Amino acid sequence: MSRERAEFADVGRTHRIPLSTLAAASAVLVTLALVLVFFVAPNDADQGFSQRIFYFHVSIAITAYACFGLGAWKALMHLWKRDPRADLESYVAIHQGVIFGILVLVTGSIWAKISWGHWWLWSEDQLVLFLVLFLFYAAYFMLRFSVDPGPQRENFSAVYALFGVVLIPVSFMAIRLAKQAIHPVVFTRHGPNFGGWILVAYVVSQIAVLVLAYTLYRVELAGKLVDVRLRRLREATA
Amino acid sequence: MSTAEKYVTAAYCAIFALVLVYVVIIALKVQRLERDVDALEERVAERDEEQEREAAAVVG
Repeated sequence: MSRERAEFADVGRTHRIPLSTLAAASAVLVTLALVLVFFVAPNDADQGFSQRIFYFHVSIAITAYACFGLGAWKALMHLWKRDPRADLESYVAIHQGVIFGILVLVTGSIWAKISWGHWWLWSEDQLVLFLVLFLFYAAYFMLRFSVDPGPQRENFSAVYALFGVVLIPVSFMAIRLAKQAIHPVVFTRHGPNFGGWILVAYVVSQIAVLVLAYTLYRVELAGKLVDVRLRRLREATA
Repeated sequence: MSTAEKYVTAAYCAIFALVLVYVVIIALKVQRLERDVDALEERVAERDEEQEREAAAVVG
C-alpha cells in the first residue's frame, strides 16, 4: 500500500475520542451552557438582557480563530511532511472557521443593533478586521476549487492558509490597540472583565462551542476521508 | 417580550438554524456516500458474475 493510500485508509487513525462520545458531550455542554446563560447568569448592570448574546458571540469568535489557527497548523504540517491527510484536515478546519465566522458576524450585528442602534459600523476596527479575516478565508475556497485536485492544489491552499494566520492576532488585538472604540473589551491584561456566574456561564459556553466545533470538524473530516477512499475504490474497480 | 429579548432570541435562533443547516448538508452528503457505496457494490457484483461466466466458458 502506497504512503498516500495508507494516510486515508484508517478514518479514525489518530482520534482517541469516539465521535458518538463527542456528539453526546456537545449536546450536554450546549444544553448546560444555555441553562446557565438564560436561567442562572444575572442581567448585566450596563447592557441588561441583551448582554446574554455575549456568551455565545465571544465563544464562537474565539472558536473561529481556533479553527483558522488549526487550519494554518495543518497547512504547515502538510508543507513540512507532504501529508495529503493534513491538507484535508486544514481544509475542513478552515471550512469550520468560515461557518463559525458567519455566526460571529450575524450575532455581532444583532448585538450591535441593540447596543449601538446600527447593524454594522465601518468605523470599528474590530468589526472590519474580523470581516477582512473572514473574507480572506472565504476566498480560500475560490483558490482551492480553481485548481485541479493534486499536489499543486494542496500546496497553493496550504500557503494561502498560512498567510491568513497573520490576520488572527491583528484581529484579536485590534480592539486593545484602538484608542477609541465602542466595541466592549472582554479580556484585558489583568484577565476577564467579569466574575461570578457570568464567568462560569461564559467558561461553560466557551467549552461547549469548542467541543461542538470539534465534533462538527470530526464529522466533516470523516465524510471527506470516506469520499477519498470511495474515489480510490471507484478507480480501482473501473 | 421586550425588544432586547426579541433580539437575543433572534441571535440564538440564528446560531441554531445555521448549525441545523450544516447538519442537513452533512446528512445529504452521507446519503450521497451511501448511494456511491451501493453503486460500487453493484459494480463489484457485476464484475464477479462476469468473471464467473468467463471461468465457466473456459472450463466448458
